[in-house]
Amino acid sequence: MSVPRYWRETKYRYRLIGERCKGCGSVFFPRNEVCLDCGSREMEECGLGDSGRVVTWTVVRSPPAGYEKYAPYVVALVELDGGARVLSQLVDVEPEQVEAGMRVEAAFRRVKEDGDSGIIEYGYKFRPVIE
Amino acid sequence: MSEHWSMGLKELFAEAALRALDDAGAEGFDSLYVANMCSAPLQGQLHLGAMMANALGARGVHAARVEAGAASGGVAFHEGVKAVASGFSDCALVGGVEKMSDGLPEQVAAALAMSEDQEYTAYTGVTRVGLNALLHRHYMDRFGASAEDVAMFAVRSHEHAVGSPHAQYPFKVSVDRIIASPMEADPIHMLECAGVGDGAAAVVLVPAEGSGSNVEVAATSVATGSYYLANRRDLLTFDAVREASARAYKMAGVAAGDIDVLEVHDDTTIIGVLSIEDLGFAEKGKGAAFVAGGGTTRDGEVPTNTFGGLKARGHPLGATGLYQVGEVALQLRGDAGPCQVGGAGVGMAESLGGLGSTCAVTILRRA
Repeated sequence: MSVPRYWRETKYRYRLIGERCKGCGSVFFPRNEVCLDCGSREMEECGLGDSGRVVTWTVVRSPPAGYEKYAPYVVALVELDGGARVLSQLVDVEPEQVEAGMRVEAAFRRVKEDGDSGIIEYGYKFRPVIE
Repeated sequence: MSEHWSMGLKELFAEAALRALDDAGAEGFDSLYVANMCSAPLQGQLHLGAMMANALGARGVHAARVEAGAASGGVAFHEGVKAVASGFSDCALVGGVEKMSDGLPEQVAAALAMSEDQEYTAYTGVTRVGLNALLHRHYMDRFGASAEDVAMFAVRSHEHAVGSPHAQYPFKVSVDRIIASPMEADPIHMLECAGVGDGAAAVVLVPAEGSGSNVEVAATSVATGSYYLANRRDLLTFDAVREASARAYKMAGVAAGDIDVLEVHDDTTIIGVLSIEDLGFAEKGKGAAFVAGGGTTRDGEVPTNTFGGLKARGHPLGATGLYQVGEVALQLRGDAGPCQVGGAGVGMAESLGGLGSTCAVTILRRA
């Protein structure tokens, strides 16, 4: 992982920032140059908010290289309260406790390590909201 | 389709390509399209066009690699058809090759996930099977389909692979055994997933007139859909499949009901089910029941994956779309042996890249 490649995404990953279409209001994550709903090129950055609910989820048991030590882990499609959807790992929860509709919130977490001497990547994961 | 430990990319490709040229009685070709997805991550190899032209002893030909994820084969076929139909090429050889057994499991999983955005999708650690699993669970939640109903797609594929000369897993598997197999990515069981293997397939394309061939290309089309699951209008509808098939049906002048034999991209069972629905063979939410009820068997409404599909024939990524097209051609020629479907006049193949973000559809017809 090159440092610039990691650095240029940090703002969006650390703070969950997407883009909103100035024309129709649709929000996209990750950011997109052109609105996928109306074709407008007038886009502005916007925060997605940090809480929502689980739409659907899985447990990855055969992980790709770089993620072996976290397996098994839950990956969920989360619908945020503002309407945007985000794919994310779900942490601080056992796989058998996850269910569709579960309330979750964003957390800042370590995502993976680039070998022994490489950079450590951080970003968003989601966790259950403790009521 | 197998684990060909003694063969590399070149040997695999050459064997399939030379057989296709001999079968066609072609003395040579002027265009070569090589479909491949993972030679870069798994072999560190690119520039397959010139490499394979050299392997075939074809000097001076136009050659290029075509990559569109696991839809590479279907998209390469489309490119070959465009070359011949436009008059740029008098004879195009389109082949696909993939050598997956060179990778460790975690390397193969990472290579497969390269069809997704590395910064926001693969970044989460989700695998290709994991993405399919998100749809699989949502399908069962929304439509009340049982795990067994969805798993029946793999049962059918294995039934059809029995006797298939090139299938990786030519034997039956019961639904109970599938459900008892370990979870790969919940709720997808290991025996609902296409395996890992090596394979190559090739076809020869020439202008129909004067070719002497009894199979013609009635339509090809390629369409794309949302690259991100999160941006889909409907999670359980592949817009690319609907668009590509609508264009192909129109071009060929046929409807879903006219298709006598079908090959779909069942890299896991749910993708086969959703494909059956979005291609127009079952209503949304009823595909699993259609399959469980026998709609896709050799004697059913639309015989599907007649040589075993991705699940049982095998899924050598870039080569898969060309296995499909080749298998449809064998059916139309009456050369399908124990897998033969009676009286097939029109056949269709569907090839998917990523989570349905690229779809290539081919319709062939008996001339």
